[in-house]
Amino acid sequence: MTKQHELDRVVIRFAGDSGDGMQLTGTEFTKAAAEAGNDIATFPDFPAEIRAPAGSLPGVSGFQLHFSSSEIYTPGDAPDVLVVMNPAALKTNLKDLVEGGTIIANAGMFVEANLKKAGYADNPLENGSLDAYKLHAIDISALTLAALDGSPLSTKEKGRAKNFFALGLVFWMYGRETESEIRRIHKQFAKKPDLAEANILVFKAGYHYGETAEVFQTQYKVPPARWTPGVYRNITGNEALSMGLLVGAHLAGKPLFYSGYPITPASSILHSLAKYKQFGCVTFQAEDEIAAMGAAIGGAYGGAAAVTASSGPGIALKGEAIGLAVMTELPVVIVNVQRGGPSTGLPTKTEQSDLAQALYGRNGEAPLPVIAAKTPGDSFYCAVEAMRVAIKYMVPVILLSDGYIANGSEPWPLPDLRSLQPIPVNHRTDPENYYVYDRDPATLARAWVTPGTPGLEHRIGGIEKDALTGNISYDPANHERQTYVRADKVARVAQEFGELDMRGEDEGDVLLIGWGGTFGSLRQATEAMRDQGKKVTHVHLRWLSPLEPKLDALIPRFKHVVCAELNAGQLRPVLRSKYLVDVVGLNKIQGQPFKVREVIAAIDGLLGDRVGASKDGETVVTRGEARA
Amino acid sequence: MSDAAKKPVKLGKKDFESDQDVRWCPGCGDYAILATVQRTLATLGVAREKTVFISGIGCSSRFPYYMNTYGFHTIHGRAPAIATGLKVTRPDLDVWVITGDGDGLSIGGNHLIHVLRRNVDLKILLFNNQIYGLTKGQYSPTSKVGTRAASTPSGSVDHPVNPLALALGAGATFIARCTDTDAKTMAAILKAAHEHPGTTFVELLQNCPVFNDGIWDAVKDDAVNHQIKLVEGEPMRFGPNGSKGIRVTDDLEPEIVEVGDGPGQVPVSQLLVHKERGSKMRANLLARMTHPDFPVPVGVLHSEVKPTYETMAHQKVDDAIAQQGTGDLQKLLFSGMTWEVDADGVKA
Repeated sequence: MTKQHELDRVVIRFAGDSGDGMQLTGTEFTKAAAEAGNDIATFPDFPAEIRAPAGSLPGVSGFQLHFSSSEIYTPGDAPDVLVVMNPAALKTNLKDLVEGGTIIANAGMFVEANLKKAGYADNPLENGSLDAYKLHAIDISALTLAALDGSPLSTKEKGRAKNFFALGLVFWMYGRETESEIRRIHKQFAKKPDLAEANILVFKAGYHYGETAEVFQTQYKVPPARWTPGVYRNITGNEALSMGLLVGAHLAGKPLFYSGYPITPASSILHSLAKYKQFGCVTFQAEDEIAAMGAAIGGAYGGAAAVTASSGPGIALKGEAIGLAVMTELPVVIVNVQRGGPSTGLPTKTEQSDLAQALYGRNGEAPLPVIAAKTPGDSFYCAVEAMRVAIKYMVPVILLSDGYIANGSEPWPLPDLRSLQPIPVNHRTDPENYYVYDRDPATLARAWVTPGTPGLEHRIGGIEKDALTGNISYDPANHERQTYVRADKVARVAQEFGELDMRGEDEGDVLLIGWGGTFGSLRQATEAMRDQGKKVTHVHLRWLSPLEPKLDALIPRFKHVVCAELNAGQLRPVLRSKYLVDVVGLNKIQGQPFKVREVIAAIDGLLGDRVGASKDGETVVTRGEARA
Repeated sequence: MSDAAKKPVKLGKKDFESDQDVRWCPGCGDYAILATVQRTLATLGVAREKTVFISGIGCSSRFPYYMNTYGFHTIHGRAPAIATGLKVTRPDLDVWVITGDGDGLSIGGNHLIHVLRRNVDLKILLFNNQIYGLTKGQYSPTSKVGTRAASTPSGSVDHPVNPLALALGAGATFIARCTDTDAKTMAAILKAAHEHPGTTFVELLQNCPVFNDGIWDAVKDDAVNHQIKLVEGEPMRFGPNGSKGIRVTDDLEPEIVEVGDGPGQVPVSQLLVHKERGSKMRANLLARMTHPDFPVPVGVLHSEVKPTYETMAHQKVDDAIAQQGTGDLQKLLFSGMTWEVDADGVKA
């Protein structure tokens, strides 16, 4: 008799070869959790190679899902359940599993050749090394083939369906409703009915195996979470960002012009927008990153809502052209979906190490506004905001995302488009007293005059220009004046800032300052520490340039100021130099997001006067001491 | 041709002169080019405000400042990319690109290749003086082997690129050439380029009196012997009274022959006849006739009609709207799997 057991939250990770379909399995199970009304957060973690050698350690692809009956901020520190499709997946993921956690392993793949590739001398499923865990060794490969006995598919094709067995099994474990999944499979494989049929058979076989096999005596239920009323959908950061760009352009009453060059993890923005032609969006796949930025500048010059997106290496190439947009004061949104660096770095892993590049990565004095999205859904609003500021202030804006929120997903309360403020655009057409660098007194924006306007013919360019007429000027005082005007214009963007994203009191022991995709971990850690009575306040910055003026009053009121970043400390020196305060750093550069427990442990260490002197791989609060 | 190009507008050369002092060196070939461009533009019937000049970096790239049209002096080598963005979003504009041998063929070589391949409707004028002028006289990608310049005091060792052959290789649909002071040919080329739907690539043999003076003198001063004026349907002849001509060998090489019916001479009927819309092989043969081995072909070497990039890109948008209707943002946001949460805070 199966027992029913209620849980508040579960973290499950699917791991297998990059050809095993783990991303699909994870995505489908996520939909089921969303459908059941759980709060969810996901974290796909895949290798840079499209297909690393089968069964090898570098070829392991993972998808982690956290689903819960209460509000959650992260995909979870450590999985409670680990589904592994081969020995390499077990090897690379076991260290993360919670003590006594559940392992579901495809025993059919634990054969000598695969064990050897994963570096196992003998079979861990049989040698007792996993006794501390709840191990379910199931020959999923054989059961899949058996379920497809009589199917017209080739043996190879049949084998590929095994991820649906795993999916069926976890559907049973968590009492998920199968009907809608079956509908989804039909839809997804509509053009290949044979495959659809096979996947459904295998999915059902997995489900029934859970039901009948005696090894699974407990079925778990994670009741629905409490939500703010509204309509929700599950969304990844790059999807939300793409829609935000479309909506931003729409609010400005302009067609969206997007130019980009393929790069991980930004490419899916180009893919999404290329499908949105019915919205008048024109996408341009340029010959290189420089051309992508150049074309965006050309588009903005012509009056389009112009956007380019890339990741760190591509942004480096765009640098000179971004400077041209600064100099000519044209509205372009530049998205950087950050990944591990330097150079090619860790293309599929997350990092926040391009902040300094965003702030300073151009020749000359070339400040520009920098905004950072904190969650997948927030990417939508940041895209709209970046577009608004670019147009209102006539300035290029850098929007920072990262691999973690770009690919991660969360339930997203859908915005009411009518509630979003239009973005006013004023293309000057009056030739009377027109000067190229005549400015709006409030925003310091110059007029956005587009070619085709009679009587306002003028020339712009990268050479320094007279502060009024826009003619070439080498006058020393003029250059200094223009330099400060460009900086002042960026500083005035602070006028647009909304409420400070803060949890906690405006004074206390620790002010934890973060930005971008670390929001979930930092906020959840803060909640936990506050529950323990610690005087911790978390401020999450949306804008990195200009800096949030509300910090001025806040920073002096805390004993410790901690800046948490997935880099070696890039915002921290900015805060130190601006506030002359001994801001300490909480830094991690492992291509992975912060774990909640790491944050808590590090802050506990700080409160216990432990700063610096970390062991390798340990995340502690430091003053940037050398670790080598 | 854009709508703007069809509107009759009466303008003169002066209308295209900006209020800025022209600051090229005395004797620079750019002055003659500027004057011819200003004069020719006045005859094209395009409103000034519909005309945009976009340049990169270099002496020639100061050009937009002297044109009383819209103008954008961008960064080194990137003018084709910026012009592409403008033309794709604003097909109604006439967009001209001004570049040089260093700007267009060295630092911006990649953009040039791809703009030609895409056939964006841009009018590119490449000023070729075989030298970097603005940076004070380094050899350029079109400098001949052995060029002694600031950076190659004992002579350059790398082989020059052939601009028109490169353009053809990239898929150019219109290539032409003339010298800086040949106002008549240049005006004809500019008009033809303006009429051509697609990227036009014009090589202007331009003199730098300071760092590479006289590099084209042989071609310019003795045009009879060193230029072939390309005329549609006419055999290719040059020299006094057309005494010489171009014939194609069995090995598909051009060769210089004495024209006539006497011994050792070749009858006119065997000469290569110019055909602007001829094959790419024919165009390639012409593009590879370079000084001093051959007289330099001057005029429109090749043109062909292909759809432009921006036309097709907008067609895709129009098709999508025709098939799916104008996009509904609310619907897009609410696509995929959505669920509703009732007032009690639980999924409906």
